[in-house]
Amino acid sequence: MHLDVGGRAVYAYTGSRGFDAAQPTVMFVHGAANDHSVFALQSRYFAWHGMNVLAVDTPGHGRSEGDALPSVEAIADWLAAVMKAASISRMRLVGHSLGALAALECAGRYPEAIERLALLGPAVPMTVSDDLLAAAAANDHVAYELINGWSFSAAGFLGGNPVPGMWMPGNAMRLMERTRDGVLSNDLLACHRYANGLAAAAAVRCRTLAVIGARDIMAPPRNAQALCAALPDVEAVTFPETGHALMAERPGDVLDALRRFL
Amino acid sequence: MPAKPKIHRFDTLALHAGARPDPATGARATPIYQTSSFVFPDADHAAALFNMERAGHVYSRLSNPTCAVLEERVAALEGGVGAIATASGQAALHLAIATLLSAGAHIVASRSLYGGSHNLLDYTLPRFGIRTTFVDPRDLDAWRRAIRPETRMLFGETLGNPALEVLDIPRVSELAHEHGLPLVVDSTFTTPWLMRPFDHGADIVFHSATKFLSGHGVVIGGVLVDSGRFDFGSERARTLFPTLGAPYAGFHDMVFAEESSTAPFLLRARREGVRDFGACMAPMTAFQILQGIETLPVRMARHVENTRAIVAYLREQPLVAAIGYPELPGHPDHALAQRLLPRGCGSVFSFNLRATREQGRKFIEALRVFSHLANVGDAKSLVIHPASTTHFRMSAEDLLKAGVTEGTIRLSIGLEDPSDLIEDLGRALYAAGKG
Repeated sequence: MHLDVGGRAVYAYTGSRGFDAAQPTVMFVHGAANDHSVFALQSRYFAWHGMNVLAVDTPGHGRSEGDALPSVEAIADWLAAVMKAASISRMRLVGHSLGALAALECAGRYPEAIERLALLGPAVPMTVSDDLLAAAAANDHVAYELINGWSFSAAGFLGGNPVPGMWMPGNAMRLMERTRDGVLSNDLLACHRYANGLAAAAAVRCRTLAVIGARDIMAPPRNAQALCAALPDVEAVTFPETGHALMAERPGDVLDALRRFL
Repeated sequence: MPAKPKIHRFDTLALHAGARPDPATGARATPIYQTSSFVFPDADHAAALFNMERAGHVYSRLSNPTCAVLEERVAALEGGVGAIATASGQAALHLAIATLLSAGAHIVASRSLYGGSHNLLDYTLPRFGIRTTFVDPRDLDAWRRAIRPETRMLFGETLGNPALEVLDIPRVSELAHEHGLPLVVDSTFTTPWLMRPFDHGADIVFHSATKFLSGHGVVIGGVLVDSGRFDFGSERARTLFPTLGAPYAGFHDMVFAEESSTAPFLLRARREGVRDFGACMAPMTAFQILQGIETLPVRMARHVENTRAIVAYLREQPLVAAIGYPELPGHPDHALAQRLLPRGCGSVFSFNLRATREQGRKFIEALRVFSHLANVGDAKSLVIHPASTTHFRMSAEDLLKAGVTEGTIRLSIGLEDPSDLIEDLGRALYAAGKG
């Protein structure tokens, strides 16, 4: 479906289902240079199991209009604006990577609106290496290659994924390549510069789920643990031998963790 | 020191991509999951599998763990996002067409195609309302002129049949994309070791895996690979390809281009084409093709090395009038081949004897190491004389129109010692020369 947020068209995947005001709503927020499709299996499940689903493309990503938002705080406010545009007052929020930081910040800013918070591949801080920032700033394809190499576990980078016939490292690469020049750099800088994570965590009022990949290089598990220590009511799940690309490497386990939590 | 991307190179992917040691037994080789169906842990899990809410296997017509390893491996080697293993190369081509096109649609194709592909396009598909215009693959203007409002794909082979025209993928794909159309390429003769068509602009690739990917000549199979680059979600594409851009009643009104940003083509191909047409691959076949792919890099290098030795030998033979191999300076696509196929132009080529149809037959019958049969891409060297076999009903005049003479011989050079192959050819040339 498309929503109008600030005069810009916003795309949200709904699992091919209509919107039922009597049902709870769950919003999915993707990470840097990604779009709604990274949550394809999980978002579809909830759409067919009693929830309204809004798997959004943030501005400048996927099918949504506008320029990519420059900071985690701006994305957090935009998520609240999407909620308003969809005429809902409360929702459950799931974010991955940069999307996890935005979801965290949103839950800290609008605690009355967020019923449950699920953070996939979170870290505070989520610093980005100088080499990666430089490559992204130059719109060098090496930036995508660095991210891909760091996002999969050693085993996952050779495939054997649960989705029949899909070569997930290639799929992840192609998805990033679809973004316009400058978008990846913008997104990585938003992650790198975000400094309000622990304060936002302290302001969260709902229960939180943190899903962590034990082999995550993009969002190191130790930085996720620091975030978890600052959250008031958190359940942390760590997947062994898994990298940052949690939904690609372990789609079923991510879904099961969300099912239990949401 | 600047950070370097972690990558796996071709030879490593050929051995490992898509496979992990079996979690149940520790088996290092990919097991043959010889089962029609898979047990559901519970009713909710079953429903979720059917509705694409979970990943996994339901029924081996739709997917199978052994076939999935092959699919991932070929996708990795081609630089794509995924693949579907099919019952044959022909089934892969049909699956691509059936997924993208409906009655009333039109294809522009190279006229230098494998005979089976030509039959499908020229004789069979018109019965279903899909028509094809065939063009000289070297004539870009002909490609352009043939495109109509109802055209939905362009199609060619990396190396044409039988004259080994090198498809100018960069230019033909550029033309296709100018018109919002995908370029589909048959890459059987080259394999990803010689060329990855996606790197040059192709959108969808398929193989007859029966040939070089297997190498052993014991199975029939195909693989259809998606680059993930063609934007089937764009406004124009959603109009041209409603199978991907409009709600599909056959799957809860799923809009495939919304479900997946990178692989809606593969989603529809599996969820409709494989489901309904059913031209799937058997797990034993997938296992055998995987055994072949493990040695693809070393085999292809040897195929090319042997072919160069044979071509060099044949160039010196008075009875040989012409050799159609793009590595030779006289071939019309020599420069293009050097650019697109720097590792070599494969091991299938034709040459013309200064001979009658009868002399051609004698040449074939004198061979002892080459096998006389209608296949290519085997580890064993193969030969066929079109004028006495595949084209035997044609007059000399009609043969010429098809690019074949009465003395045309097609070779598929295998992995034997090249000296033995040269001795074999020498014996046959002597027999043919005696008249």
